[in-house]
Amino acid sequence: MALRGTSVRRREDEPLLRGLGNYVAGIHLQNAAQVYYLVSTIAHAEILSIEIADALQAPGVIDVVLNKDLDIGPYPSGNPIFDDAMIRPLLADHKVRYVGEPIAAVVAETIAQAMDAAELIEIDFRSRPVIIDPEKALSSSTLLFDGANEGNIVCRMQAEGLEADFSSCEVISEVRTVNNRLAPAPIETRVAAAEWHADGRLYCYNSGQGPHPVRSAIAKILNLQEEQVRVISRDVGGSFGAKARPFPEEVLLGWLARRIGRPVKWVPPRSDDMVGLGHGRGQIQYCKIGGSREGNITTYQLHIVQESGAYPAGGAGLPSNARAMLTGCYEIPSVGFSSVSVVTNTTPTGAYRGAGRPEAAAAIERAVDAFARDINMDPAEVRRKNFLQPHEFPLVTPTGSPYDSGEYEATLDAALEASEYEKLRIEQQRRIQSGTEPYLGIGLASYVERTAGAGRAEYGALELLPGGQLLARTGSSPYGQGHHTSWAMLISDQTGVPMNEIKVVHGDTDEVPQGAITGGSRSVQLAGAAIWEASSGLVEQAKKIAAELLEASTEDITLDTSSGRFHVVGTPAVDVGWAAVSDYLESATAGPRLLHSEEIFESEGPTFPFGTHIAVVEIDRETGFTKLIRMFACDDAGIILNPLLADGQVHGGLAQGAAQALMEEFRYDPDGNPLTTNFGDYPVISATELPFFDRIVLETPTHINPLGAKGIGESGTVGSTPAIQNAVIDALSHLGIRHIDMPCTPEKVWTLINQHH
Amino acid sequence: MVLGGYASSFVLARDEKGDTVEISVTVNGDTKTDEVEPRTLLVYYLREELGLTGTNVGCDTSSCGACTVHVNGESVKSCTMLAVQADGQEVLTIEGLAPSATELHPMQESFRENHGLQCGYCTPGMVMAACSLLKENPSPTEIEVREGLEGNLCRCTGYHNIVKSVLACSGQDLL
Amino acid sequence: MIPAAFDYVRAHSAQEAISLLSEYGDEAKLLAGGHSLLPMMKLRLAVPTVLIDIGRVDDLSYVRDQGDHLAIGALTKHGFLETNALLNSECPILAHVASKVGDPQVRHRGTIGGSLAHSDSASDLPAAVLALGGTIVAQGPNGVREISSTDFFTGYFESSLAEDEMLTEIRVPKSPGANWNYQKFNRRAQDWAIVGVAAVRVGNSTNVSLVNMGSTPIRAEAVEAALKAGVNAEEAALHAADDTEPPTDLNASPEYRAHLARVLTKRALQASGL
Repeated sequence: MALRGTSVRRREDEPLLRGLGNYVAGIHLQNAAQVYYLVSTIAHAEILSIEIADALQAPGVIDVVLNKDLDIGPYPSGNPIFDDAMIRPLLADHKVRYVGEPIAAVVAETIAQAMDAAELIEIDFRSRPVIIDPEKALSSSTLLFDGANEGNIVCRMQAEGLEADFSSCEVISEVRTVNNRLAPAPIETRVAAAEWHADGRLYCYNSGQGPHPVRSAIAKILNLQEEQVRVISRDVGGSFGAKARPFPEEVLLGWLARRIGRPVKWVPPRSDDMVGLGHGRGQIQYCKIGGSREGNITTYQLHIVQESGAYPAGGAGLPSNARAMLTGCYEIPSVGFSSVSVVTNTTPTGAYRGAGRPEAAAAIERAVDAFARDINMDPAEVRRKNFLQPHEFPLVTPTGSPYDSGEYEATLDAALEASEYEKLRIEQQRRIQSGTEPYLGIGLASYVERTAGAGRAEYGALELLPGGQLLARTGSSPYGQGHHTSWAMLISDQTGVPMNEIKVVHGDTDEVPQGAITGGSRSVQLAGAAIWEASSGLVEQAKKIAAELLEASTEDITLDTSSGRFHVVGTPAVDVGWAAVSDYLESATAGPRLLHSEEIFESEGPTFPFGTHIAVVEIDRETGFTKLIRMFACDDAGIILNPLLADGQVHGGLAQGAAQALMEEFRYDPDGNPLTTNFGDYPVISATELPFFDRIVLETPTHINPLGAKGIGESGTVGSTPAIQNAVIDALSHLGIRHIDMPCTPEKVWTLINQHH
Repeated sequence: MVLGGYASSFVLARDEKGDTVEISVTVNGDTKTDEVEPRTLLVYYLREELGLTGTNVGCDTSSCGACTVHVNGESVKSCTMLAVQADGQEVLTIEGLAPSATELHPMQESFRENHGLQCGYCTPGMVMAACSLLKENPSPTEIEVREGLEGNLCRCTGYHNIVKSVLACSGQDLL
Repeated sequence: MIPAAFDYVRAHSAQEAISLLSEYGDEAKLLAGGHSLLPMMKLRLAVPTVLIDIGRVDDLSYVRDQGDHLAIGALTKHGFLETNALLNSECPILAHVASKVGDPQVRHRGTIGGSLAHSDSASDLPAAVLALGGTIVAQGPNGVREISSTDFFTGYFESSLAEDEMLTEIRVPKSPGANWNYQKFNRRAQDWAIVGVAAVRVGNSTNVSLVNMGSTPIRAEAVEAALKAGVNAEEAALHAADDTEPPTDLNASPEYRAHLARVLTKRALQASGL
């Protein structure tokens, strides 16, 4: 029986459950020193002097390194459209631009000694005016960088040749909505280690999303050949996009290790990591949507002000993803888009759980809801009227996204049915009439998102080992997704070799020749497809050997994938297995000693999974406290490889949607002091705020890859976030409330209820 | 800062503080005797002195529960306990939970069966907290499971399959 | 994070702890469960140079029936209070409030004496003891004194404990069958209360106390007076924020806290039938 489509339990789990995970903090490196980075506690200042003498004398201290000591750097932004004047140094030079910017590397025998010594470093700052509000930063005379082209502006984006024409619209709805800044907060902070080996090679231990891009970045900045650097990434305690690129603190480790002649390890405390790891989201969105009173949407325009933080990194580029996904599931003839990314004295922003696509969905789904409200039509009906229809696929959207396949209305119908939508609406009215019971809010979001959108190729290889076992090498490096299980399922289906005889290797630049960043929900469709095709290639190679063993011609050989045995078509009684193939190769005097099949799968384009999420919230009318009581998620991500694992991916995303919509926001005071630098103040959502989720799975295949699969890693977040925000507003709309910015905290909700009573 | 508000007594003088102290702790059944600095947190003693790296550190405010172990049979956050406080006590870590190298503890097995983990980083603490929960309340309701895990944060699973794992381990029917 | 270095001394009795406190003065801190102190030390917001560990003073962990009142040892853990049969029957509000502190791991280590001595107005147990009109027993070099809970909390993280005194016991009136309710409003279950309200019948009066509505836990005296004057619960609750100076933080403005105090007081009074 095929394993594809079944809920195979994860082979990754047992060591993790026994506490035998191989996370970087637990890796033992002989004679390693510990690195602690002293970070700025001031948002914007000139550094007049740094006194490190006392720190150097402190017990256990090996070295203290400042920017002036470095012969490497700065840290390239990686995006050619960013202003070159805004490039960041590896350590702060004459200025600090945000709280959390590393200033000094303190290297000591123990981490406690490094922290003690860091307290002895005296820095004389001359503070400068601070700018936190991105809209004020656009025109402020307070500039973060000298010599930038346009003040604090990093870059602008448009949709070339498109202009939204609202002239024929009967109704125009406008919403300004804040897509709140989030801390990605994987439970494992950033962490890394570096060690020089006697052969002159640098070994870097990384907790990220794929070692090859990390190797490139490190080699480039340290002026090394890529072959001189080996990056190893084993177990990773969560990343969610945020740890994909190595931060300056990580890159510097190889340099520090060479300088002190010892391995170094860096494990920052959570309170530093909250301002060090890039933040997510951080957009102010101006949505304008127009159409007819009958509910036909004809025009949509979005303008984004993107917070870049103090130095442009991944975050400053997020609007391009929002542009790609501008019009969501809808057929909208006239559209427009513009964005401006701007620096402020805050932690740089980066990719997080969807990276621009959740923001696009949040904008259009909020706008569609506002439009529905303004024409007094049920939000489900407005969506239904404007969906792209199945017969229109494949198609290219006004902003250039090549949608592969979609059955948008089917997901709406399924979600409405599962939620018993009509009954919820009746109950909602009953609650309002009751005068005291909590308000009920029902929120919808129909989403489409782009997966495998950046980097369309991935590596996979399979080889036959002595004894008939198989070894796979994958360019995609997991951090909780379960690649080892999933790839073994695919290989087993293709080869008939049982899963427990298939070994999977990932996350090591010496073991895997190439690989990209595991992100953008790309793994099954690219890396899985590569493994799938490499397996198929290996079977073809093995057939040749089987043909020799069975004294038949290769064309007549077939593989019975249920048994993993080759035979001549029509005579299954005489067969050979993989072990026999392997034995034959071992004993052969000429020809290849082993079979090896390698594949770089390159897709012709991204895929576009979609779905409809319906959130049900209760709002305490006296306190404003909002509780998510039901969450229905109908998702179509093409053919599902492992339903159990796909469910898990979605659940996590749904929780993140609830977290962004109701709880989480990284906050600063006007002086640029971060206010949410730990898990006490930054409310990472916990089990008590969430219900069990209801999943409805649809499977519309894509033609883009041989597995028919689309990505499922981020859909949960893309749909649930606006669904929950819309639910809160829906619960209060009878009071005349049109909009609430996320997070919909109790005080914010209470204040609005108060104003509208 | 909301952390219940912290008093700010900045006493800076610190010369030769922290002479080491001898402690003797029974960890996963074995009694260990070591010299530790008083400021050594139990979690770092376990990880660095004893090499038991299964217990993870996720925060510095006792919020995330990744470091949960059992002390004298009860769940505690080993980042909020000094190693010296564990002197003479019985500590059970995730490494000591399974009955053997070939068998898992029923809670571990239930997490595996119900996909209660993804990246695995919060998992040791989550499993230890869940075991303590069922010891105190063998047949919890869904709400009681959620409340029982209020001190353990997970960023991957949305808690759905974690709650399911714990309910399943308690022998109760699932959804 | 790792605390700054300190010297560690273990006390085996209250007597020994007190003499150590006298010896080291204000550089020393008592360490009980450590769940208030250690987080502050890790962030290096508290930097004591000596820690006096009283966690082994086992004879201070108890709940005892003393006739008209219960005596609770200062080192009794929240988890013990939560499940203690005597406390649950004779003073159930305190057992319930103990079950609302932090999370299970915190309750396995944190002690009632530590919580009261820390005097955090955002903590649950101080307000509950205040509502009960409890008495705090402090032992110093010159012997033992009793401090009324209404006099104990003196300011932001400040109590009337002298530097060389140790809190040894908490006494609360027995109130079997008395009506009570505790309302805790927070965003996550593990968090401190944004506002909390404890209401309990003690003797002939209804006592109401507030969590996180000022620099100390406070009694809602205007509510109590209104109830005494025969005003109904809903109207009395309108006075819950009278004469308070609620703090501002990430979660709430003073205005919102005042509103919450009124709503939660109404709910506490109505739910308990007070």
